[in-house]
Amino acid sequence: MTGAVHKSLVHESATKHVTGSASYTDDIRAPADVLHLQLGMSSHAHARIVNMDLSAVRAAPGVVCVLTAKDVPGRNDVSPWAGDDPLFADGLVQYIGQSLFAVAATSRQAARSAVDLAKIEYDDLPALITIDQAMAAESFLEAPNVLARGDARVALDTSPHTCSGRFYIGGQEHFYLEGQVAMALPGEDGAMTVFCSSQHPSEIQHTIAHVLHIPFAMVNVEVRRMGGGFGGKETHGNLPAAAVALAARVTGRAVKCRYDRDDDMMITGKRHDFRIDYEIGFDDRGKILGLVVDQAVRCGMSFDLSQAIADRAMLHADNCYVVPDILITSYRCRTHTQSATAFRGFGGPQGMLAMERMIDAIARSLNLDPLDVREANFYPAKDTPDRNQLGVTPYGMVVEDCIIQDLVGTLVASSDYRSRRAEIARWNSASPVLKRGISLSPVKFGISFTKTEFNQAGALVHIYTDGSIHLNHGGTEMGQGLFTKVAQVVADVFAVDPAVIAITPTHTAKVPNTSATAASSGSDLNGKAAQNAALTIRARLINHLSQRYGVSPADIRFRPDGVHVGLEVFSLAQVAASAYAARISLSSTGFYATPKIQWDRTIKQGRPFFYFAYGAAVSEVVIDTLTGEHRILRADILHDAGRSLNPALDLGQIEGGYVQGAGWLTTEELVYDQKGKLLTHAPSTYKIPTCGDRPQDMRIALYARGENIEETIHRSKAVGEPPLMLGHSVLLALIDAIAQANPDQGEPQLDAPATPERVLRALGGF
Amino acid sequence: MPKVSMTVNGRAVSADVEPRTLLVQYIRENLKLTGTHVGCDTSQCGACVVHLDGRAVKSCTVLAQQAEGASITTIEGLANDDTLHPMQAAFKENHALQCGYCTPGMIMAAVDILNRFPKPDEERVRHELEGNICRCTGYHNIVKAIMSVAGTWTEEPVRAAE
Repeated sequence: MTGAVHKSLVHESATKHVTGSASYTDDIRAPADVLHLQLGMSSHAHARIVNMDLSAVRAAPGVVCVLTAKDVPGRNDVSPWAGDDPLFADGLVQYIGQSLFAVAATSRQAARSAVDLAKIEYDDLPALITIDQAMAAESFLEAPNVLARGDARVALDTSPHTCSGRFYIGGQEHFYLEGQVAMALPGEDGAMTVFCSSQHPSEIQHTIAHVLHIPFAMVNVEVRRMGGGFGGKETHGNLPAAAVALAARVTGRAVKCRYDRDDDMMITGKRHDFRIDYEIGFDDRGKILGLVVDQAVRCGMSFDLSQAIADRAMLHADNCYVVPDILITSYRCRTHTQSATAFRGFGGPQGMLAMERMIDAIARSLNLDPLDVREANFYPAKDTPDRNQLGVTPYGMVVEDCIIQDLVGTLVASSDYRSRRAEIARWNSASPVLKRGISLSPVKFGISFTKTEFNQAGALVHIYTDGSIHLNHGGTEMGQGLFTKVAQVVADVFAVDPAVIAITPTHTAKVPNTSATAASSGSDLNGKAAQNAALTIRARLINHLSQRYGVSPADIRFRPDGVHVGLEVFSLAQVAASAYAARISLSSTGFYATPKIQWDRTIKQGRPFFYFAYGAAVSEVVIDTLTGEHRILRADILHDAGRSLNPALDLGQIEGGYVQGAGWLTTEELVYDQKGKLLTHAPSTYKIPTCGDRPQDMRIALYARGENIEETIHRSKAVGEPPLMLGHSVLLALIDAIAQANPDQGEPQLDAPATPERVLRALGGF
Repeated sequence: MPKVSMTVNGRAVSADVEPRTLLVQYIRENLKLTGTHVGCDTSQCGACVVHLDGRAVKSCTVLAQQAEGASITTIEGLANDDTLHPMQAAFKENHALQCGYCTPGMIMAAVDILNRFPKPDEERVRHELEGNICRCTGYHNIVKAIMSVAGTWTEEPVRAAE
């Protein structure tokens, strides 16, 4: 093995990205007669469609076809599983922005202009927009889910102290820089080839097959790369892909659709808003004795992935802490808004944030440093002498790999947390207007899809007779560096430079029945599958060389200077050509299924996760008590990526995750009007972090002792989602600053996102 | 349809275009130079930044006709054959990209910043880059890449624990 892994190689497409030659879906050269598709969207949140007059649309210049629900030969549905996301609304609309019809025209402008000519008559029905409205109306997708251990009510009754509260956590727009986009090319025998920007090509394939009523095998889906995904392209790429495929079927021409940014934000689902109600019991040291927490989740108009997302929120309600008696009730609210969907963390962030706020509330009520309360409640460390003393989560999983004590201890020292906290208190006492705050928040995030069957992956590796290597797997590249990491893994098997591995687009015809690239699982699953494929080929080569040269397999080694066979050294090309001549297959699939996991979601018990990823952040903020404005002054982060496959890529994920998490909880505000229209549907009003928002002083490190206790790919850990939750420390630091500004007003009432308006309100400013 | 003529990446080009054609459309659709990206359609995100007569502009907010007679440089015109422009090399080497969608606009904006402020400090770079948004990174490596080209990058915060 060459050591191609654990190295900070640049992203495989870096040269293409800096020269503009990396091709995204919208950059693919389309046939000259390509049509452009535009969706007609609902302007009412909940209504019966009385009449849809599209005659003027059909007559508009450049229009080639207009499609409605009646034109769908198969199933009028683009949902991931529940059958409740119509491609085109059929008689009933359930949110503003919902797809009603589609226009395919000779130009993008012609399609957009034509759509505006539709005359739609609506008969309004009562619309539920907020969580409070849905809870009051008991509008749920399914019966409330419960996860309980012990008797939390009794625990609260017998606790020396309790505190309780309610707060809201806002949603989040993905704002992938590249919007949803797809292009379909009709083929012979009714086949369809689709290029799109999707984290889940197999689901795009299945959706199109259902819509067109053709076998899966007749649909080919290819994704080379996405301009960002963050979960927003797990299911919400289904609709435009199905629409262009249907239009291509009807017209016999290539059809393309790229959502305009404003349309994208109106149509697609976002991170789930939550309302948290809690009562927590604890002793004099802040040790948690019991917890009752209600998680009310705004799911929007359909299921999408909300079941699994709300489940994951329940599974992260404990975060890093032992909670002996617990009762979690999850309300999956159906509202007349976009169908909320996967977003980096997948419910985990909301569940975890609620616990972190409770810890802070406990600390303030006891006048303790929140860090002391955290440390008093951590799950026992992995090296706890007696295995029976390991912690068990409320869902029955033993926490075997807990390193949070050591990780937090290291960060406390490197960030100088204790003395800075004291210094901030002194500084605040002399500063009447500006107030600083500081917080350390830890992360424990479960790695694996909670739907156990998704934890599998396939790969395909070929060696050609010139020694070049072709790599394909079911994972998708959205900027996270998956393709780089998997190429490193394969290069390591053959002891070659990763740069010689030909990385190829994700394609449903090469690796079938794949899972979404989601749940941070991309490298874990696809890295192992590709490694298995490469190891299969290497074993064949070793066997061949052993027979041909009469050398023991133990004396055949793949090294950077070539393949050593006894005392002779051959190039990989020579070895491949030799194997070909001996009629040995130089191509192999590889497969991987995550071991050890099992999960029963009906009773919420089992081992849903292969392992946990850990991290912690210290954020220091300053608020202006006259305006509510605030800044992050400094962030110190220590994160566990196990034995990192690529430290540079992982540090990028950590930094980006923290900033995205901080944006979610501070500046990114989804504002709906009373009729359910999203008002912040463009970057002019929806503010993701800019260069100036990043902390001036940001110190990020990988946990040096990180090593996965489970046998993951080269003992690395998944790193896509967990760092987002490091951003929690920013909201907690803001609350700390507010509490320091108003020491006598009790626990600050600050909902997220903590916009200046909300901070000012929490300060009692208006 | 009116005719527009301009120089793009050193090459004289002309075409008949609808008056409302945006410069970014002309660049992407007529000239097939797809390294210039469309991120927000509304002049906010900066993915479409190109140079018009040496100044950075958001090409989704310029009509092709407004570029009549102008000299345009896109991301494809920055490298000298196979040799990357120093800003391109710095973005690559400093891991200043993830999904890459914002990268061409970032680089074009970055080159423009150094044209105007050859030795910018960090505050200047951060301020000047506010019109270019990146959703993947936390901007650290982007700022580092730009300042390293300017020779003003000195301090390297701790990036790996011992």
